[in-house]
Amino acid sequence: MFEIKPNTTDGRSTGRKYEATQNACKLCTPLGACLAFKGINNAITLLHGSQGCSTYIRRYTISHFREPVDIASSNFSEDTAVYGGEANLLTAIKNVIYQYNPDVIGIPTTCLSETIGDDVKMIVRSIKDKLENEEGIHLIPVSTPSYSGTHADGFQLAAKGAVERFAEEPMGKQNNLVNIFHSMQSPADIRLLKEIIADFGLEGTVFPDYSDTMDGGVWKEYERIPKGGTTINEMKIMSSAAASIEFGYVAPEKSAASYLEEKFEVKKYPVSIPIGIINSDAFFKVLEEISGRKTPDKYLSERRRLIDSYVDAHKYLFGKKVLIYGEEDLVLALAQFVSEIGLVPEICATGSVNKSFKEKIQAYLPNSEQVTVLDDSDFEIIREAILEKEIDLIIGNSKGYKIAREVKIPLVRVGFPIHDRIGAQRLKICGFEGTQELFDRVTNALLEYKQENSPIGYSYI
Amino acid sequence: MDTYAPHTELKILKDREKQIATKGKDSALLDCDRKSLAGSVSQRACVFCGSRVVLYPVSDALHLVHGPIGCAAYTWDIRGSVSTASELNRKSFSTDLREMDVIYGGERKLENVLYELIDKYKPSAAFIYSTCIVGIIGDDVDSVTKKVAQKTGIPVIPVHSEGFKGTKKDGYQAACSALFKLIGTGDTSKINKYSINILGEFNLAGEAWIIKDYYERMGVEVVATITGGSTVEDIKKAHGASLNVVQCSGSMTGLAKMMEEKYGIPYIRVSYFGIEDMSKALYDVAEHFKENNDILKRTGELVASEVKDSYAKIQRYKKDLKGKKAAIYVGGAFKAFSLVKALKYLGMDVSLVGSQTGNKEDYKILNEMTDPGTVIVDDSNPIELSKFMIEKGVDLFIGGVKERPMAYKMGVAFCDHNHERKTPLAGYIGMVNFAEEVHSSVMSPIWQFAKQK
Repeated sequence: MFEIKPNTTDGRSTGRKYEATQNACKLCTPLGACLAFKGINNAITLLHGSQGCSTYIRRYTISHFREPVDIASSNFSEDTAVYGGEANLLTAIKNVIYQYNPDVIGIPTTCLSETIGDDVKMIVRSIKDKLENEEGIHLIPVSTPSYSGTHADGFQLAAKGAVERFAEEPMGKQNNLVNIFHSMQSPADIRLLKEIIADFGLEGTVFPDYSDTMDGGVWKEYERIPKGGTTINEMKIMSSAAASIEFGYVAPEKSAASYLEEKFEVKKYPVSIPIGIINSDAFFKVLEEISGRKTPDKYLSERRRLIDSYVDAHKYLFGKKVLIYGEEDLVLALAQFVSEIGLVPEICATGSVNKSFKEKIQAYLPNSEQVTVLDDSDFEIIREAILEKEIDLIIGNSKGYKIAREVKIPLVRVGFPIHDRIGAQRLKICGFEGTQELFDRVTNALLEYKQENSPIGYSYI
Repeated sequence: MDTYAPHTELKILKDREKQIATKGKDSALLDCDRKSLAGSVSQRACVFCGSRVVLYPVSDALHLVHGPIGCAAYTWDIRGSVSTASELNRKSFSTDLREMDVIYGGERKLENVLYELIDKYKPSAAFIYSTCIVGIIGDDVDSVTKKVAQKTGIPVIPVHSEGFKGTKKDGYQAACSALFKLIGTGDTSKINKYSINILGEFNLAGEAWIIKDYYERMGVEVVATITGGSTVEDIKKAHGASLNVVQCSGSMTGLAKMMEEKYGIPYIRVSYFGIEDMSKALYDVAEHFKENNDILKRTGELVASEVKDSYAKIQRYKKDLKGKKAAIYVGGAFKAFSLVKALKYLGMDVSLVGSQTGNKEDYKILNEMTDPGTVIVDDSNPIELSKFMIEKGVDLFIGGVKERPMAYKMGVAFCDHNHERKTPLAGYIGMVNFAEEVHSSVMSPIWQFAKQK
């Protein structure tokens, strides 16, 4: 019922039924930037704004990853809001350096600093001269006001900001070097992707790489900034890579891969997040092209086993209807995946404002005209949509749990945030291996539902 | 725990040195009540957070966050704050300001959103929280709320909680002012003489119900629990109570003072955490109503039976916990006082104690109640807390979500005494639960792998 309509005057698009946002299906832009900076070696984030922004984002991120997340704040006061944030930012940078000794300080802005008109890029340039004896510390300002975009945009913008800051004029091409720009994948998926490119004989970076910093072991010694992350040198040579693979369909102005393509002619391959066989095949095909090698047997075996499991389970799945929500690129890839296993993506929703969301869903899905596509939505709009349809399964982050509970259908947790289960950092959805894990979870959720709701206690299904 | 050598690289910022003291070595007077130092990675939140946590439990009110989406998203259903009356407070409402709103102002949207939500959810009142940019873009929230209140016939109350305009304490005060606007508008004719309001109990996991039950067993009527488990109607008639009993003094003393001034209702400060403080909280109320001897008698019976019961249950944990070292870092200092006492009751030593918002008097009290060598901190941060955790070799950390991973990473047990807990820790049963929870973390066999010897 909520078909996408043209933008209204205040910048909202689509089938918004309400002017209010009720139970938001998105988070604010700086959160995504903070997560991206966790993927850079010896980096810390300093939010330019109120103390609350950093504390809320820390809490939210910690609850998902269950790892320490230190985020500093320039800590605006009323004076700062009147006279500008430069003095506070300088103090904050000095104090962060004293306490953490970082190589990189990521500085995302907030709605407050943007609204008072602080030009952080300019401030950072002028501050640099005042930072005595702090040679070699890299400040990366990134404009992420929360009134513009979502956490997904903040993630891309920070990743792009870091690449712009470090990628250097290349000495020459390195044919075995590849950059992968992912779309907020889990630490486990990042590790998986690193393994895949290594198995193709490629070198390169899965960026941002928070696979250790957001999923580390217990500490042998205190880590002011947890170990791991993409190094500055790895970012420097991104410009000499043979290609960049970018997950999702990121707008060029937010895309690190587009920047590298335009500036250094690093060929960009945009692919859907490799969830499912069709998407993974496309991803592996790109790797074959870049590396000049065939897909290693290991992955072909994984693929065969995955197909075998599709066959084993197909009857449990066929025709079942699914609600999918989350970041738009994740929703698209999940919708493609469920379609290839016989499920019907009945409702696809995102909290982002994205006019092309529906076009993409329609372009990439078979029989897509029946799909209810909601952009700029929230969980109340999603709830009302689900009440009008017969849905069998929900796929998305923890925030949809209340709807799942109300309509009494299973929720398979994917995405961010997952606050009500342990192990979000270890969930895999990418490649044949990740798809296998997701596929089993999806199938078993439906089996468990059937079993629980059967009058007979079948222990043999 | 000899896991880590004290790390010299964990450095304390010069500008923060006066906010840290060692009992028996430094002055008991901390230089507190300051705005957090920029770049210090304070564990504090902001003005909005202070207002939001205080008002959130008012269950049948509409809580509308006016601003861009973050503030509403991060405070959606984050606390237990259970209620039997309504679950409207568990939803998250935002005007979700966008770029064009920032340019042209958000008043029109605020007004529309209010009509829309009031029509849809029929709340008993609405609280409108201003976030950082509302004043800067020039929205006159007061006039919008006034207009909407007139049109809809429900109280529509602005909460001036712009994040940067002070600290969390200022947010408490803004929330108290908002509540004060409701108080005095309800019917108090049926309230009896021996009646109280419970202030500063937020019913995160049903604590308000436990406490209310104690008072009712004493023969004291509880008019309103502000705000845990409350409805707008309860709050409206709170001025009919004879006494305000204030827990979490940081957040609610302001309201108690306003009520004392306007309605002549005296207040006492209590804590419901720990056997000793819980019993005192009951006896202090009985003492206030001493003309009624029955109340005092029933209080004595209640305390005797509850203390006996909980004492027996706690013994089994005590022998394992005796002599273990604990660190405490919580929001309000009053909670820290109770935790120090409760940990001593369990036979544990307190090596580190601090709060986000304590005042000079609070830290003096902490200094008096702790043992020499205990480190006392104000508005601390991960580096400092970790440094002292390592230096003191603590076995247990008591704090909130942000402190949890830093404890776990270093092989230290943890007890959540903040918003996210799901087990009641107040009252006599709460002390048993607390002992059980501390015990279940400290005594877990997993530490044999997580502590690096």
